[in-house]
Amino acid sequence: MEMPLPSADILARKSDILARLAVVLPADGLITDPVETRAYECDGLSAYRCPPLAAVLPGSTEEVAAVLKICAEEGVPVVPRGAGTSLAGGAMPTADSIIMGVARLNAVLETDYENRSITVQSGRTNLSVTGAVETNGFFYAPDPSSQLACAIAGNIAMNSGGAHCLKYGVTTNNLLGVTMVTMEGEVLEIGGAHLDAAGYDLLGLICGSEGQLGVVTEATLRILHKPEGARPVLVGFDSNEVAGACVSDIIRAGVLPVAIEFMDRPVIRAAENFTHAGYPDVEALLIIEVEGSETEIASQLARIVEIAKRHNPVELRESQSAAESANIWKGRKAAFGAMGQINDYMCLDGTIPVSQLPLVLRRITEMSGEYGLDVGNVFHAGDGNMHPLILYDANKPGDLEKCEAFGADILKLCVEVGGCLTGEHGVGIEKRELMDSQFNKVDLEAQMNVKDVFDPAWLLNPAKVFPLAASEERRA
Amino acid sequence: MRPSSEAELAESVAGAQGPLEIIGGGSRKGFGNVVEGEALHVSGLSGISLYDPGALTMIAAAGTPVAEVEAALANEGQMLPFEPMNHAGLLGNAGKATVGGMVAVNASGPRRIKAGACRDSLIGVRYVDGMGQVVKNGGRVMKNVTGYDLVKLMAGAHGTLGVITEVAFKLLPLPEVATTLRFELGLEDGLAKLREVMASPYDVSGTAYRDGVAMVRLEGFEDSVAYRSAQLGGEIDKSGDPWCDIRDAKGLPDAGSIWRLSVKPSDAFAVATALNEQGFETPLFDWTGGLIWATGGNTDAPRQVVSRFGGHAVCIKGSATAFHPEPAPLAAISAGLRAKFDPRGILNPGRMG
Repeated sequence: MEMPLPSADILARKSDILARLAVVLPADGLITDPVETRAYECDGLSAYRCPPLAAVLPGSTEEVAAVLKICAEEGVPVVPRGAGTSLAGGAMPTADSIIMGVARLNAVLETDYENRSITVQSGRTNLSVTGAVETNGFFYAPDPSSQLACAIAGNIAMNSGGAHCLKYGVTTNNLLGVTMVTMEGEVLEIGGAHLDAAGYDLLGLICGSEGQLGVVTEATLRILHKPEGARPVLVGFDSNEVAGACVSDIIRAGVLPVAIEFMDRPVIRAAENFTHAGYPDVEALLIIEVEGSETEIASQLARIVEIAKRHNPVELRESQSAAESANIWKGRKAAFGAMGQINDYMCLDGTIPVSQLPLVLRRITEMSGEYGLDVGNVFHAGDGNMHPLILYDANKPGDLEKCEAFGADILKLCVEVGGCLTGEHGVGIEKRELMDSQFNKVDLEAQMNVKDVFDPAWLLNPAKVFPLAASEERRA
Repeated sequence: MRPSSEAELAESVAGAQGPLEIIGGGSRKGFGNVVEGEALHVSGLSGISLYDPGALTMIAAAGTPVAEVEAALANEGQMLPFEPMNHAGLLGNAGKATVGGMVAVNASGPRRIKAGACRDSLIGVRYVDGMGQVVKNGGRVMKNVTGYDLVKLMAGAHGTLGVITEVAFKLLPLPEVATTLRFELGLEDGLAKLREVMASPYDVSGTAYRDGVAMVRLEGFEDSVAYRSAQLGGEIDKSGDPWCDIRDAKGLPDAGSIWRLSVKPSDAFAVATALNEQGFETPLFDWTGGLIWATGGNTDAPRQVVSRFGGHAVCIKGSATAFHPEPAPLAAISAGLRAKFDPRGILNPGRMG
């Protein structure tokens, strides 16, 4: 993965720059020891690493502003970092950059049940937002699978989704307002607990901008009352096509399950070996979950079962108890870990129109044969967000490169059938050079123009999202 | 100018010598500040180009009438989730609403409290920028974080950042039934009731207050709606569907000015009281009180009131500027975006202030 060469000038001025930062930060908020900065050399895309110039851990919006102002004056790039769980390299630094971690900004500032909102500092983890309101029966809906670790700041940067977004939407649909600091150190308040903001939808623009427009320090989020209950049904099919058709039929019938998860045979087997969840050995497995009261759940499941039966499932298991529900989900939730037991893997994140599912799955199988690398599919079928897991051996020379080429081909296929390169992980450095396959020069220019407005010197997370050649002049 | 294709429209914009006023069906004429410019009609770009009911998505050209889209969706038992407001009646226009205009003003109705605004269902756009270049953003899939989200930026920009040529939406199934519950309560208690039902697990899809009645809508399968109605109590409305009138703010008193205020729901009663003290009526509340329709004399008192509480006020009819002024740092960003998207300042200049 190519990254721009670090600026020799910045490296030469390192001690001056760090001395200035030390003035505005508490002693433990500035990390310069090379042993300690190693913790910040990569994120979840751990194949690529580079220690930063330093890492800062500000404890307030004011400290964030002070650090950014200094970095802007010194011309030092800043890479914002939530919890470092990005799978796309969104938080990977360069040697001449400062990592700005928001981990210390983790407080709940206000819970407002009447207006169904909560305001938190952005370093708070996704799951602990729900943790702050669940005793009152509320929850925060977006639930990326890393929700135990990932921070709201990163969720906003990557517009994170999760298993339940078919019903509840993704981060951008649940974000009401932010406090954001610009690269120049100006503090902006955007949106709030009222529904519409005046003027352009800057909030919508910031969400998903991968930390390139500003550093979000506080966020006001929509909270919802929990449904009375939820229950899944597990349906096994002897072909991916039939499973895909079943998903379409359920959606067309007017039932909107809260989640429809899809696993293919390699993942089913791995998950079963790993968790002994009792999964049948079938070609494709759907886990369909509905919510509501007992009677509502029963009636929705009855509709789903009726539709599923028309497709001659080889297995159909309606959960009868909380223990059985947990068991059905257990294998799915452990699927990534289970695949990791077999080998190293790369997790992709393309989205496709649901109707293209059979075609895309067939092509992936064919390509798997051509590349000689195994692949498993586990994904959110209701919204078409695929997560093919390509297995490779990191210790085998050339295997990673082969895996990356295979992954790129799958993502290009997603774009060809009307989909996109990334549904919820973001572009980062991983998909940067593939952006040309989805956008032409004018499309990319329009997006880069937006960054020009917020960060004219291109110092915030500069070598991400856009192909390096496309952004080169602006980064110079 | 009446282009009949995106390419022609792009040529028209590229060759424009002065300001352009973008017109879809003309149903929202008068919404926003007056624009002096040559008329650029988008209604020639019309038609649904893709409808995939099994994927809950559709794509249509900007000039396609909203009614045509809604009819096509209803045919398959689906709908636009955000229940777009039709402004024609309120603004006294005869024109047909188009999907491009609907997106340009981010038109959303009562279901916004559950399903989000127009911008939340919009998943892709094509537009022509101020230089006459065709730009695409987003796509036709529900989850997409590939590059910046210019889709949301286009929603509610009133054509000042680009002429929208094509829009893509995610859809929802039409509910099998809808029931309205009525609670006869004074304003303060009625608004509190609406906040209370929104904080319940019963998936409410409409919360409005009018003429001494708090109204709550439940939608879905019949057995589920019956169950939730019983849980929430109230009297079941037998008078027909009030939500269309609420959506379009129908039946507001004739007055010098009409305002649409967006506030925090729990501030609604205090804001209404302050407005009443200024001689304004507040005949209709939607969105749990978060949307207040106010009518009164031709002053900008509602703007002063809202500024005290937080939120914003749009003047739909009257001599005040249409939109609430933005705080200076945000206004600077907005101006910066306009300068990038439309460097010649020819797209609906001044419409948003």
